[in-house]
Parts: sequence; C-alpha cells; structure tokens
Amino acid sequence: MIETRGLTKSFGELVAVDHIDLDVAEGEVFGLLGPNGAGKTTTIKMLNTILPPTAGSARVDGHDIIRQQAQVRASMGYVPQMLSADGSLTAFENLLIFAKLYDIPRTTRVERVDEALRFMGLDEARDRLVRTFSGGMIRRLEIAQSTLHRPRVLFLDEPTIGLDPGARRTVWQLVERLRDDFHTTVFLTTHLMEEADALCHRVGIMHKGKIVALGAPSKLKSDTGSQSLDEVFMHFTGEGVEAFGSYRDIERTRKTARRLG
Amino acid sequence: MVEVVKPAGNFVRKALVVAEIEARKLRHDPTELVTRAIQPILWLLVFGEVINQARLIPTPGLTYLQFLAPGILAQSVLFISIFYGLATIWERDLGIVQKLLTTTAPRTALVAGKALSAGIRAISQMVIIYVLAIAIGVGMDLSPLSIIIVAILVLLGAAIFATLSLIIACLVRTQERFMGIGQMITMPLFFASNAIYPIALMPDWLKAVAYGNPLTYQVDALRDLMITGGTTEFGIVLDLAILFVFAIALVLIGGRLYPRVAR
Repeated sequence: MIETRGLTKSFGELVAVDHIDLDVAEGEVFGLLGPNGAGKTTTIKMLNTILPPTAGSARVDGHDIIRQQAQVRASMGYVPQMLSADGSLTAFENLLIFAKLYDIPRTTRVERVDEALRFMGLDEARDRLVRTFSGGMIRRLEIAQSTLHRPRVLFLDEPTIGLDPGARRTVWQLVERLRDDFHTTVFLTTHLMEEADALCHRVGIMHKGKIVALGAPSKLKSDTGSQSLDEVFMHFTGEGVEAFGSYRDIERTRKTARRLG
Repeated sequence: MVEVVKPAGNFVRKALVVAEIEARKLRHDPTELVTRAIQPILWLLVFGEVINQARLIPTPGLTYLQFLAPGILAQSVLFISIFYGLATIWERDLGIVQKLLTTTAPRTALVAGKALSAGIRAISQMVIIYVLAIAIGVGMDLSPLSIIIVAILVLLGAAIFATLSLIIACLVRTQERFMGIGQMITMPLFFASNAIYPIALMPDWLKAVAYGNPLTYQVDALRDLMITGGTTEFGIVLDLAILFVFAIALVLIGGRLYPRVAR
C-alpha cells in the first residue's frame, strides 16, 4: 500500500530523511517512532505530496508521489500535527467543506457528514463552534474530515500530541475502528512509546533521518531483550527519546499543546 | 470539449468552496466587517472634508470629496486584501494550508478561492462607502449597470492584492518577514496611484510608478462609474482589461507558489 525506495530529503546541508526503504501492507497500522527532529514529519510530507523528495521514490496505493500526485491525493487522507480544524466554524461546517472539496456528491453529502459525526461521537456537538471543543474532540473531528472520502491510506502526524490519557485512548480506539470497518491503512508518526505499542502492527524506529530498526513492537522487544519500547529505542540509538528536539520543534509542540488547553 | 469543460467546472466549484469558508466565518462573526469600516469613514469624513474645504488639491470638474470617494473604496479594498498573505501564514501554522493542499482541489482553484474570499469582504466595504458617500452628499451614480461594474472592479482589485499578498507570503514564509514587507509595499501602492490626488500633480518618476500600479486603473474606472460627472483617463474597457490580466497572472503564479508556504 505504501512503499519507499531510497526516499531522501535534504534541506541544504541537513539530511532530514536519509535513504529510507519501507513497505506498508494494506490494512496495516504502521508507526514511525522517534524523537522530535528525527525526520518523521518530513517523511509524511513527502508521502502526502506536500514536499518533493530530493532523491529516491515512493508509491502510495500504487501511485507515484512525484508523477501521479492527483491520484495519490485522491486515495489518502492527512491529519497534520497542528490543530487544523477551523475554530470559527461548526463541526458540521468543517466537515461539509471537506465533503465538497473531496467531491462527495450533493445527494449523499449531508448524510455522509452526519454519519462521520456519529462515528466520531460528535453528533451532539454538530452545530457548535469548534473553538469551544476540547483537544480530543478537535482531533476526532480532524480525523473525520480526512476520512470523509473513505481514503485507502490515512496519514496521522502525532495524532495524540497534547491530549490527556483518556482522550488519547479514544483516538486509538477510533483508529482501530477505521482499520476494522474500512480496512484503512494507517501510517502514523509518534514519539510516544506507549502509543506505538498500543496501536501499531509494526514500527520503524527513526533516528537522525534513518530507519534504524523495523518490526513488530513485540518482536523488537524480544530481539533486543528489552522490557519496553523505551529500552528498544535506547538499544538502537544509544540515547533516550528526551535527548532530542530542536528549538523550533519544541516551540511548535508547545503551541499545539497550548491551543489544546 | 468535455476535457476542457470538466476541469473548468471543477476549478470554479473548488474556488467557490474555499470562498464559502470565508462567507460562513463572517456569518458567525461579522464584527470585523464593522471595525474595518472605521478607517474609510475617517478618510472621507476627516481627511476628505478638510481638503475639500481648503481646496488644496485641484480636481477639475469634481469636488474633492467626489474625487476622493472612489479612491477610498480602492484603498480599503487594498488594505483588506493585503492582509491575506498574513492569513495564509497563520493558516499554514495551523495546518489548514497543508490539509487543503492534500485534497484533490487544483492549487490555482485554492488560490482563486482565497482571492474570492477577499472579494466578499471587499464588497461589504463597497456597501459601507456608498452609504456614507450618499449620506455626506457626494453626488453618486446609482444606475444599476454602473453599480454592477463597480462590484466587478472591487472583486478584481481584491483578487489582485490578495493574491499578490499570498505570493509574498509564499516567498518569505514567516510572519515577521511578511509584516515588514507588507508595510513596505502597501503605502507605496496607495500613494503611487491616483487614489487621493490626480496623477497630473506627480513628478515624472512617480507618474511612471503610478502607471505600472494596478490600483491606478481600478481607481480610474471607479471614478468614472461611481460619481456623477466622473471621467476616466484610460477608458473603462482598457482599465478592466489591465485588471483582468493582472488578476489572472497573479492567480496562476500564486497557484505555482502556494505549496511552497507549507514546506
């Protein structure tokens, strides 16, 4: 469903993503695990056609991310790390706009939007302005926005950043239901070991632009004789997750957390 | 034929959806339309009345207030539209731009939608300035045809300056740099035009700048259409043609550059 071959992105001297090769199967939940600044977001932005790669290639649902961008966009949904739902519109309006952008036919549009609201447990909040929502509700709304057109692949960039543990678990359950009900392939990034453990069939541990380990969380743990993914991470990178993060990344993370209140 | 009609229909539909976002926002919270009206009111009531009384600026055939009203409409359209670049950077910081870019909507349609969004706000300024000008006794031309062409001119002006602003945002990419450049170009665009004084009064070098400034052609046509006894220097057809070319060129360039702001 997703394959990358030597996918690389440099910004001047800095090689943010360094020749990564990945294969994600249909219906799989795959996680890129790593600290801020490891190159996870850059990888997602190349796969979803926002960033052109410097070298290498990739396919999403069989479509080339450079030559077949329109097809790639039609077969995927993307939830950015920042809170991207529009606070000055209602939940219904946020979804209606995306239903229109994704060419969902007029006759089924409202029905599809209401169905998405129910699926995400937001039907009570349908006509409320999104700026009155909690962080967890906004996140659910955003996932609804990006799955209205039933994409084959869903990209989630740090889906639970800034959420409290309860809201975090709700998002996990929804991702699992999307996979079960619609067979959606999910490609997510996270720096939370717990999230990777709970949600992902396989994880790729990303460190300084490279994939340093790849496999099921349980297998990675047994292979390295570790009790937790934290230890697995230490094993491959020699450092703890907390040791990383540029000023800019942290500033952005804090901004997101602040908006979530 | 179908191959041409289909993308064209898709383009228009997607641009209208982007503009619909703005319309819905304004419906939820129209206060900004009111606060935005204060500046043109001050220009007309204070600046306009003083210059009018003192007869400092010669405006053959028109009172100074008649001369000024179209200029102030063009000015407030410019000031509203030039803000769209900053809004683009905000929307990038929120992830909204990234999400729009990963939908199937053509990028030029997203930019045209933003241009149209600016147009919605600009039309509200048009209403306010007409009401105010009539209230203070400026002789306005209220024939329906004139008003319709004025609305088209307002939409074109908004499209040009909103897209210009969006292009700058895509090039500089940060709020801080945009603020500096935004101020650096807004005032020259305004003063190097026929908005508040005739081009005839300008030194030659400034005349040259004014003739390259789309605002000049917008004001020129507005002055003919809005005011009873107003005249045009270049002709309405030429004014409209120049503005159309500017708008289309800027939307095309904007469509190319829009993805850059998200990188």
